[in-house]
Amino acid sequence: MALLEIDSLVKHFPISAGFFGRKTGDVKAVDGVSLSVEDGETLGLVGESGCGKSTLGRCLLRLIEPTSGDIRFEGEEITGMDFDRMREMRRKMQIIFQDPYASLNPRMRVGEIIGEGLQIHGIADGAELKDRVMALLAKVGLREEQYGRYPHEFSGGQRQRIGVARALALNAKFIVADEAVSALDVSIQAQILNLLQDLQEEFDLTYFFISHDLRVVEHVSDRVAVMYLGKIVEIAPADRIYSDGQHPYTRALLSAAPVPDPTRKAKRIVLQGDVPSPINPPSGCSFHPRCPFAQKICSEVEPQLEFDGDHGVACHIFGPGATVKPN
Amino acid sequence: MSDSVTITASESAETDAGNRFLGRNITPLTARRLQSFKANRRGYWSFWIFLVLFVLSLFAEVIANDKPLLVDYQGSYYFPVLKIYPETVFGGDFETEAEYREKDVQDLITRKGGKIYWAPIRYSYGTVNLDLKQPAPSPPSLENLLGTDDQARDVLARVIYGFRISVLFGLILTVISSIVGIAAGAIQGYFGGWTDLLFQRFIEIWSGLPRLFLLIILASVFQPSFWMLLGLLLLFEWMALEGVVRAEFLRTRNFDYVRAARALGVGNITIIRRHVLPNAMTAALTFLPFVLIGSITALTSLDFLGFGLPPGSPSLGELLAQGKANLQAPWLGVTAFLVLAGMLSLLVFIGEAIRDAFDPRKTMQ
Repeated sequence: MALLEIDSLVKHFPISAGFFGRKTGDVKAVDGVSLSVEDGETLGLVGESGCGKSTLGRCLLRLIEPTSGDIRFEGEEITGMDFDRMREMRRKMQIIFQDPYASLNPRMRVGEIIGEGLQIHGIADGAELKDRVMALLAKVGLREEQYGRYPHEFSGGQRQRIGVARALALNAKFIVADEAVSALDVSIQAQILNLLQDLQEEFDLTYFFISHDLRVVEHVSDRVAVMYLGKIVEIAPADRIYSDGQHPYTRALLSAAPVPDPTRKAKRIVLQGDVPSPINPPSGCSFHPRCPFAQKICSEVEPQLEFDGDHGVACHIFGPGATVKPN
Repeated sequence: MSDSVTITASESAETDAGNRFLGRNITPLTARRLQSFKANRRGYWSFWIFLVLFVLSLFAEVIANDKPLLVDYQGSYYFPVLKIYPETVFGGDFETEAEYREKDVQDLITRKGGKIYWAPIRYSYGTVNLDLKQPAPSPPSLENLLGTDDQARDVLARVIYGFRISVLFGLILTVISSIVGIAAGAIQGYFGGWTDLLFQRFIEIWSGLPRLFLLIILASVFQPSFWMLLGLLLLFEWMALEGVVRAEFLRTRNFDYVRAARALGVGNITIIRRHVLPNAMTAALTFLPFVLIGSITALTSLDFLGFGLPPGSPSLGELLAQGKANLQAPWLGVTAFLVLAGMLSLLVFIGEAIRDAFDPRKTMQ
């Protein structure tokens, strides 16, 4: 059974205007996403800025209340849970944030930050709490004497380690890594990624790894989902996405990823125009205005994810659900 | 993993040893702010001058009093400031409290070898100087250093007591209105949405009320006591901080560390108390001296208009009003002006120093 199942999850942010706050529209940040995350795997989620990746990740932990749809964690529906039951669930699901400078309270000591979950859930206090926090510090590669330091005394990479330790403190099974390494230097990125992978092996963690960096996602993910304007357009095992990406958007995204090889002359697929507004997404396939292969049907009928084994593509022209030939 | 264990940035080598203030451990950031405050000489010295003046004024009874501090009479010591002694104690005829300012009473005591130790200023704020050589208000003299007001009361004594009551009133009002304002701003900013919307409309209406007129109307209906006046001013003064705190909460509640706390299952109250409030307080704190200034000014203006503290209370506003009514006695107006201007300037200097010390652009460097 999948650890986490999402079924047609929708998050619309209402836009109000005018004197009485009349609702004039919605930002369709997440617009009907269904997927599942297996126990122990890393699911990478990629997409451009503003495509709804982070909103999706936050909805999973109910940091943002989804507008509709279901989220089942270990078979339990969490969308309607009250505060107390949700609090119990939160022990199992945690999040690591992008900006290590904003994600740590500047007025709390590192020990307090990491130990807060243990203290709030009444798992440990006093000397025991301190011992457990010390152990966590060692786990994430920090020194024990840094227990009493404040966040501003650390570098970005170290701060991110603190964020990882905080997420681990409650023995969470499922961790949403929301652009967890995007704000770090490349060399530090590698350290944090290795740390995350080591911890995954040790504690049998499941990651929901959100990033706009395709190479990072390739490095850590078992499966990869590609998101465009609030929808999943393609999902497949990581190697399939990178070797055999079907959706035109996936291919464009992959061709845009820099490859550290100056001699390589890649054929770059340059997309026309900008990402359309999520307030008023295009009809049919929301990618069709920018798609080099777009045909008549693309602007009329919204393609659904069609699966060939574990490779799903939402496209009329390519992949298992193709109904028309490319011209 | 081995590569990562070894990274310990040199900046983290700096310890927070030595960062102690008033016997408490403080964060390096607070230490830096403290240093920055000290570096502002004008604000720093204003702070000390104000503190000394305030502490002195707290002991106003010892500085300016119409009763002796100590009477040494027939081998025993009497403390008329603290206790009421009937005249009979000193061999007089009356059962009532000894009138130490009376020549007869002084004679009674000194005749038997007793000694009277007076306060430096022999007038309390309400003492009427009955043997003025000129009609009140009388000009400054050796007896009344700053002259007397139109009821023959010593201006210097009244200024000392007036300073105390102004500052005390301002402080109490500031503390209470800050608590109310911070609580209201916290709720409004943290919960946002409809709570914020409705509350904000209410505040817009409430702050649109002409407060001085309302206070004058209310003050003329009730005879305001110290606490009543405090309550009346509190009705409006709390809004001074509300807006700042609301804005800070609106900003801070969207920080990732607040989200992280929520993801950990921390409740709203704890999030406010532990994560949002301490970070929002910085902005609120820089406003406090200015709230204090506002409170003092509000009391003074009410006193000036005659709707303030009960008649007879020592008050700078009332002294100003006397100065205006008695332009032929400039020492009244000039004294009140200088004391008020001095006090408010000191507070402004302190406020500016605090504001600069908390300026993130400065402390980040």
